[in-house]
Amino acid sequence: MEFNSNFILGCSAIGAGLAVIAGIGPGVGQGIAAGHAAAAVGRNPGAKSDVTSTMLLGQAVAETTGLYGLLVAMLLLFVKPLVP
Amino acid sequence: MEAGFLQFGFLLSDAGIDFMVHGVFQYSLFGQKVWITTTHVCLFIVMLIICIFCLCANRAIKHATEVPGAFQNVVELVVEMLDKMIAGVMGKRAKPFANYIGILFIFILLSNISGLFGLRPPTADYGTTLALGLITFTLIHVTQFRNNSLKSIWVDMCSPLPPWLPIWFPINLISEIAVPISLSLRLFANVLSGTIMMALIYGLLGIIATAWPAALHVYFDLFSGAIQTYVFCMLTMTYITNAYPSD
Repeated sequence: MEFNSNFILGCSAIGAGLAVIAGIGPGVGQGIAAGHAAAAVGRNPGAKSDVTSTMLLGQAVAETTGLYGLLVAMLLLFVKPLVP
Repeated sequence: MEAGFLQFGFLLSDAGIDFMVHGVFQYSLFGQKVWITTTHVCLFIVMLIICIFCLCANRAIKHATEVPGAFQNVVELVVEMLDKMIAGVMGKRAKPFANYIGILFIFILLSNISGLFGLRPPTADYGTTLALGLITFTLIHVTQFRNNSLKSIWVDMCSPLPPWLPIWFPINLISEIAVPISLSLRLFANVLSGTIMMALIYGLLGIIATAWPAALHVYFDLFSGAIQTYVFCMLTMTYITNAYPSD
């Protein structure tokens, strides 16, 4: 069956929108990390700089999966691999 | 309906949104058509700035005075900060890698914040970040093969299971190969998302976007760029330290 290329582009846009739902996971994860870091600083204010750097490192690593979703959306919208 | 109406180029070209890499100059190399792109141009501008800074720093340190002047103070501050960061993570392994990590930090930081000065950040091109990731990958494995025997590397690669049962070997191999890919994609996607966001704001809002996007520049270029620089250097140092045998 033949599809119009505009139809395929529209479906790619829907797919890109679905792909960035991947951002939910890292958002929850980063929130949990920040919450625990805040609790740790509250318990031991002397270790603030260590806790902050560890938290930022962990958050940036956790962010990667969300960025993969963003990359898939970018590829679908701008590189258009499915449009003939 | 017009044929080209739904093409994405319609929206982009009419609103003046522009965040793509452009070709500047084309030449042919071994029968392949190769482009000099905006990434190369911005990369050379960043390199030029770093080179000028290094020459000035060299001159200032050679004529160092007992009471440091303004520029000498800045140079000492930067070097001390980088040395402290590297020594804090790598401990006694810091010495051979201090130069590389330091220049990596300065280069990525300047590349990321070059978006503030109207350049397209060179790290928003996958070619640049993949090269950085591959350098890290090479460093990790050269360090590993220099400091471990082949037998201990094999035991490590089959690690949850005993070494005569290498079922886990392919999975460990994939996780080794994933290191440079995830490192480079993380930096690339972060900087690219900031670039696209700023381009969308400037392109779509037009005259409304005067002055206030400066706050967004502070977040996307300065904050996010600095964090990603820190993360890239930190992960590189952690992986290299893990490549040494534990003692």
